[in-house]
Amino acid sequence: MSNNNSQNKHEIVEKNIGLMAILTVFAISFGALVEITPLMFQDDTTKPVEGLRPLNALEIEGHDIYVREGCHTCHTQMIRPFRDEVERYGHYSVAGESVWDHPFLWGSKRTGPDLARIGKRYSDDWHYAHLVDPRAVVPESNMPGFPWLAEDRVDTSLTLKKLKIFRDTFAINPENPAHPGLGYGSDEELIADVAKVDAMNNGKGATEMQALIAYLQQLGTHLK
Amino acid sequence: MTSFWSIWVIVLTLSCLFILFGLLVWNLKNYTGVKEGESCGHEFDGIEELNNPLPKWWTYMFFATFAWSVYYLAAYPGLGNWEGLGKWTSSNQGITSLAESKMAVEEAQAEGRFVKLDAEYRAADERFGPIFEAFAQQDIETLATDEKALEIGQRLFAQNCSQCHGSDARGGQGFPNLTDKDWLYGGTPDKIKETILHGRIAAMPPWGAALGEQGIKEMTAHVLSLSGRTVNQKDAAAGAAKFAMCAACHGADGKGSVAHNLPFGAPNLTDNTWLYGGSQRAVEETLNNGRAGVMPAWKDILGEDKIHLLTAYVYSLSQDK
Repeated sequence: MSNNNSQNKHEIVEKNIGLMAILTVFAISFGALVEITPLMFQDDTTKPVEGLRPLNALEIEGHDIYVREGCHTCHTQMIRPFRDEVERYGHYSVAGESVWDHPFLWGSKRTGPDLARIGKRYSDDWHYAHLVDPRAVVPESNMPGFPWLAEDRVDTSLTLKKLKIFRDTFAINPENPAHPGLGYGSDEELIADVAKVDAMNNGKGATEMQALIAYLQQLGTHLK
Repeated sequence: MTSFWSIWVIVLTLSCLFILFGLLVWNLKNYTGVKEGESCGHEFDGIEELNNPLPKWWTYMFFATFAWSVYYLAAYPGLGNWEGLGKWTSSNQGITSLAESKMAVEEAQAEGRFVKLDAEYRAADERFGPIFEAFAQQDIETLATDEKALEIGQRLFAQNCSQCHGSDARGGQGFPNLTDKDWLYGGTPDKIKETILHGRIAAMPPWGAALGEQGIKEMTAHVLSLSGRTVNQKDAAAGAAKFAMCAACHGADGKGSVAHNLPFGAPNLTDNTWLYGGSQRAVEETLNNGRAGVMPAWKDILGEDKIHLLTAYVYSLSQDK
């Protein structure tokens, strides 16, 4: 800069990068303060739907496999409130269905169909055949196959921890009749739930396929 | 939204607008001490910054966005709990059950609020409702020869059923072929409709533990002999002696539960239609591990009117034309 012009107020911002940063944060904070912050404190967006129940041990592992395999990069879990979507997928998604989703799996791109209400739409056998080789049942599908899920066993070493974190984070009331018998009460019940997973397939433990299918089969079934 | 958050949103939104408006107006005047069009006094690589005013087109567009924001915030629900003059919303929010969802639709209508999704449905009901109603009053045999009904049925099938039964309805391993006359739960219009409405859960128990390896081999030989296949006669005879355990569902003659008016969905073993494959290995696997085919229930997903048309389409597939 060749000269300083004390009258030019704009120069103060242009030459003072710290001040500029503070003003930038100030400017963009309005959007977040208006659009995001209130959502964290409203019943509309924080209250679970009546039928919501926590995932059990098998389902919570299925959820993590869903994340690991990146299912959410091609499948959304968000039915928008348009008639064509509601006709195809079912009732539009509401906030109370995903209050316990961490991370949420709404996705942002549909290479495949939406899965928000996939639960109970197809049989377990169909999901098995479809996940091993999608073209065996849907010839025009471009989804990759996931045959290894049928062989790999679920690693349950951290399942109990996951269930406990889930329970303690959301302070789920074990006496709530909305989710009875799911092992979300005492530690003993959680341990028993994990043991059930280990006992599957004659004690060889659940396959990742079984866990993923269990997770898929409950999706969207809680809004009753 | 509580009134605290409502006020929070309103205050922040409006102050943001005021600050921006003030900033724009403030910048319309030249406070720099440099005359318009003259150099600001610095250059880099021969490029100088001139003190030019804000472009007019840009300034006017900025003012236009303010005018738009005033209209938008007045007409639509943007400011906290303000419903907007048009009382417009995209869908009913904050529902926690399907019953509440239904109630919300009625409430919105009673209160004169415009819910976009509900309006879309009302328009669709007006247009398609009479069509479905007319079809619902006809019986399925009639509809199975009605081209228009079949066209709708075919589309519903492609959308909802083809994933398992195939787009040509010929099924696949574990998923029944709907174009033949072999039915697990009956092929009359009523039975087909019942199957689609409420779904089916088949239960072929696993016999591996009860029969043992040799027993499975013998039973397989007998089952294959029922449909006229060449098998080891000694094995088949041993299997036949134990067939009573299968007869409860498949019938003593193995002709399946439909032939005997039973509701189990046990297939006819005397024909050459095999849901899970008719090779020796496939039959052994079925006997060993059992099968549990599931047809999902569609009543709550599609509703009776659509299922009526879907039934007509499925029924038509197996009828001679």
